[in-house]
Amino acid sequence: MKQHPVSDAHARYLRSLRRDAHCIRLSQIGILLAVLLIWEVGADLNWFDPFILSSPSRVFATVARLSADGSLWLHIGTTLLETVLGFLLGTVLGALFAVLLWWLPKLNRILDPYLVVLNALPKIALGPVLIVWIGAGMASIVVMGILVSLVVTTVTVLNGFSAATDEKQLLMRTLGATKLQIFTKVVLPAGVPDLISALKISVGMSWVGVIVGEYLVSKAGLGYLIVYGGQVFKLDLVMASVAILCVLAALMYYAVAFLEKKVRT
Amino acid sequence: MQSELLTLSDVSLAYQTVEGETVAIQDLNLTVREGEFLAIVGPSGCGKTSVLSLIMGLIPQSGGTVRVQKPGLRMGYMLQRDHLLDHRTVEKNVLLGLEVQHRLTEQSRKNALQLLDTYGLSEFKTYKPNQLSGGMRQKVALIRTLALEPDLLLLDEPFSALDYQTRLNLSDEVYRIIRREHKSAILVTHDISEAVSMADRVAVFTARPATCKADIPIGFPAAMPPLERRRQATFHDYFDRIWEELQA
Repeated sequence: MKQHPVSDAHARYLRSLRRDAHCIRLSQIGILLAVLLIWEVGADLNWFDPFILSSPSRVFATVARLSADGSLWLHIGTTLLETVLGFLLGTVLGALFAVLLWWLPKLNRILDPYLVVLNALPKIALGPVLIVWIGAGMASIVVMGILVSLVVTTVTVLNGFSAATDEKQLLMRTLGATKLQIFTKVVLPAGVPDLISALKISVGMSWVGVIVGEYLVSKAGLGYLIVYGGQVFKLDLVMASVAILCVLAALMYYAVAFLEKKVRT
Repeated sequence: MQSELLTLSDVSLAYQTVEGETVAIQDLNLTVREGEFLAIVGPSGCGKTSVLSLIMGLIPQSGGTVRVQKPGLRMGYMLQRDHLLDHRTVEKNVLLGLEVQHRLTEQSRKNALQLLDTYGLSEFKTYKPNQLSGGMRQKVALIRTLALEPDLLLLDEPFSALDYQTRLNLSDEVYRIIRREHKSAILVTHDISEAVSMADRVAVFTARPATCKADIPIGFPAAMPPLERRRQATFHDYFDRIWEELQA
């Protein structure tokens, strides 16, 4: 939108808005730089043991070394693939399950207590069971990623569907709509905002599921690097992996947020 | 006398709940003739809305018969609230009924857009419903109903959620639309003035279980619009008569 200040006061107001926005952004960057600086300087001056706490330069060096020998991309690729698979399958299956439960209200009522318990249960507790059932491999990790995002998606989307009130559905019936038409024209669009919040929740959840899965059973991946680094006291490796995770998780979250913006407009 | 459009004979309706059975309507007899504007007034909760649901076929009656005398009679239902779909533009909301009934053709679309134009809403056709005022929204809802080209309009307190001024203006407008398009209509309301100002005939319902206790013809010419009717001296006589029936 173009800005046309209508008066001096309005111009001042617009300026103050811009100033606030700049101030917030600078503070955000400032905090990051300050933490990195204190971390680096503290490690150099031996305020704490860099062997235990690592330091930005050591993290950077580790990332560079991993990147040079090529293993970095293997680990990132493995974890990313598992997470994206878990996230996509979890949300798609979860949303489809929500549709089924909306379509069959009696089934919904029958399964309600199970859904409540499953939603409350920390799904990662099932990790060891999955490994026994599915085997010690990537499949178990992906299933973990699915489980963690599936139930929360179902519950959130189903809740979103209820935004299509009985009265709106009655209106559709007065127009002569079939159940499928009621679903596609009223219920599904009403559920879209909640479907997107479900995506935002799931995207974080899938990371949790996959990393925990890698802790339990893996030969590659960022979760593997973290566990391995911890066991052999290579804290540089642990910190480097966590830093990469931060970046990846943030990128994926913003991708979903971008999608949300696209859908909403 | 005009031919009969719809006849309800000895219709009854009972609702089942855990607490027991509620008889909403009992031994109801009602006739609507072609081109007629019938108003139904009655105490709130007396089952007026249920009558419309019965006629529309949304719920089955417990007894009696609802007979549509004219084959292929098209009915259009208008609810108390507009229930426009927020994710659709005004134009898409207006076309919703046609779309649902697979009757969206070049011609029917043109018709619907023509209605928007006639009622001063064509410049808003790309707007979303939440950008419109309450009166405009209700008008869009009316056009959504009219786009289906119904022969009989079922109006379920369509003005009650609006402020007083909008309500008078819109009822005037709806009245003109219905007369111009030669539709028949059943208006359900608890507002006696509204009933007298719009209808050819007012059916007074009793409290639950509802039945029709009085059938009062309103003697204004059909060409006289609601606001004009409200200024007539006899307006208050009709009002008083219906009021007494409701009180008795």
